[in-house]
Amino acid sequence: MKKLPMNKLIAAFLLALAPLLGLAAGGGAHLDDADIDVSDQASLQRGAKYFVNYCLSCHSAKFQRYNRLARDLGLTEDEVKENLMFTTDKIGETMNIAMSPANAEAWFGVAPPDLSLIARARGVDYIYTYLRGFYVDEARPFGVNNVVFPDVGMPHVLWELQGMQKAVFEEVDGQQVVKELVPVEGAAGQGKMSPEEFDGAMRDLTAFLSYVAEPVQLERKRIGVWVLLFLAVFFVLSYLLKKEYWKDVH
Amino acid sequence: MSLMSWIDERFPATKVWNEHLAEYYAPKNFNFWYFFGSLAMLVLVNQILTGVWLAMSYKPDAMQAFGSVEYIMRDVEWGWLIRYLHSTGASAFFIVIYLHMFRGLIYGSYRAPRELLWIIGVVLYVLMMATAFMGYLLPWGQMSYWGAQVIINLFSAVPVIGPELGVWIRGDYVISDATLNRFFALHFLLPFLLAAVVFIHIVALHKVGSNNPDGIEIKKNKGENGIPKDGIPFHPYYSVKDTVGVAGFLFLFAAAVFFAPEMGGYFLEPPNFDPADPLKTPVHIAPVWYFTPFYAILRAVPSIAGSAFPGVVAMGAAIVVLFFLPWLDRSPVKSIRYKGAIVKGAIAIFVVVFILLGWLGTQPATPILTLLAQISTVLYFAFFLLMPFYSKMDKTKPVPERVTK
Repeated sequence: MKKLPMNKLIAAFLLALAPLLGLAAGGGAHLDDADIDVSDQASLQRGAKYFVNYCLSCHSAKFQRYNRLARDLGLTEDEVKENLMFTTDKIGETMNIAMSPANAEAWFGVAPPDLSLIARARGVDYIYTYLRGFYVDEARPFGVNNVVFPDVGMPHVLWELQGMQKAVFEEVDGQQVVKELVPVEGAAGQGKMSPEEFDGAMRDLTAFLSYVAEPVQLERKRIGVWVLLFLAVFFVLSYLLKKEYWKDVH
Repeated sequence: MSLMSWIDERFPATKVWNEHLAEYYAPKNFNFWYFFGSLAMLVLVNQILTGVWLAMSYKPDAMQAFGSVEYIMRDVEWGWLIRYLHSTGASAFFIVIYLHMFRGLIYGSYRAPRELLWIIGVVLYVLMMATAFMGYLLPWGQMSYWGAQVIINLFSAVPVIGPELGVWIRGDYVISDATLNRFFALHFLLPFLLAAVVFIHIVALHKVGSNNPDGIEIKKNKGENGIPKDGIPFHPYYSVKDTVGVAGFLFLFAAAVFFAPEMGGYFLEPPNFDPADPLKTPVHIAPVWYFTPFYAILRAVPSIAGSAFPGVVAMGAAIVVLFFLPWLDRSPVKSIRYKGAIVKGAIAIFVVVFILLGWLGTQPATPILTLLAQISTVLYFAFFLLMPFYSKMDKTKPVPERVTK
């Protein structure tokens, strides 16, 4: 069997399809690159702090245990108890919230989702863009909208850090699309953080959510290196054994 | 020795060992494509072992299923590894089986006297799809739920008995706790049935003997000792050779398990990290990649009088047609090595069409993609249904007496 022509044919066919791929993609807002580093414990610790201070009152991370958090983020259990936990919680428990789903629905219209797996469900770029994507929209109940989650039911809880933004629209194919977000005029546009500091903080928070979505991810890769090294050696040895056995087959 | 003869008088241990391993003569010219049979068995063993261990911590309960998977991922010792071995193993199983089937296709391993061997293989493939489909519901994520919803609704499209059939499969009017429970029961049972049919597959193989890349019957050319001249004992020659294949496969498999268990959303789909919500339909429902060629065929066929049944028939026919392959091929030679340009071209087109259908099945149905799926569907069926004609017209090359290197 001549292999080359068939491979070439397939390659040519796939190349011919390339424009279709571009056509089929598209849609959805542009996402910024989160560029997180889950192996950076300081970043995860800062992210955990933001999560506890700004998210955990409404959003749970019900699969994340506090003592696991302590171990993986390089903190002692006492440090976690003092800084990241409510006094009623125990170190072996998961990051739950006091608000009942029924109340949550009554207050927000929809229960704020659990965030344990949000980074795996939506992707880190989505979260990073979402957190930085709130803008003033008086038509919404909480006065804000979001570039990647239109008509989101969540208030801009981080506004004191970021300051308020407004959207600059442009018309694309007869539709109003958000072109960019700029700070609103006056004091409301000034947050406690500079834009760079805020981006860094949101990167930390995104990194933390990525960690929470799969706490074992670093260990998985660490073990994986050894497994692959072993299998590479095993492959070479088994190949040499095969060659030895097959010497007399002609 | 005395112990062995004591056993042999009561159980044919030595006889079975010799007949199926030490004195089972396989053609000496197996190439790369012949690794996938043993690899398929390896993956089946992996699925059964990891599956049993997962079942020790999994809860087949609509309220607890999603959480119990995360419990396995976080709190069970090595649970994350067992789960990734199982989820990656499911995709690996299909990759290996598709390559195994492709091997049979190009070397004519379905031709006489191996028709039954091929048919048993297709039965295995169908069982495997049923097992995978039921297993995919168990994590109880959004794609688990809505994927199963779409597929079971296909049965509801059957005229007259359809709606009743759908309820009978689900055990409810919608996918619910009842469905999850029965799917778990069947997902646990079917792999053992699969293992039993694999045994039958191998019994059939050892009756007729292995085909080879030249498509020559090595049994027609025996030496004075009654052993095929081109045959070598399976053990130790192919047991050591398959070990190399196992090592190579495990390297790639471990690379996926440890470094890309989601495989860019193909092995674990992102929406499946959202718990199943019967009130929230995902924007875009796509089955897992190994079903997408057939899903694309389903969507390519237009509804008649508002009924999706024609598509369901086409999807079923795309699988059923495989059973008839041994009688569709009228070529005087088995192996692609001695076939002419027509059959080689047909197989090349078939490969492209199958991969293309697989990709189309993952995409939303736009008019141009639907047209592409329709053309591909026609070509898929043409490959099989026109085979009796083009395989006869094909200009073949002479087949040598003995196997080549």
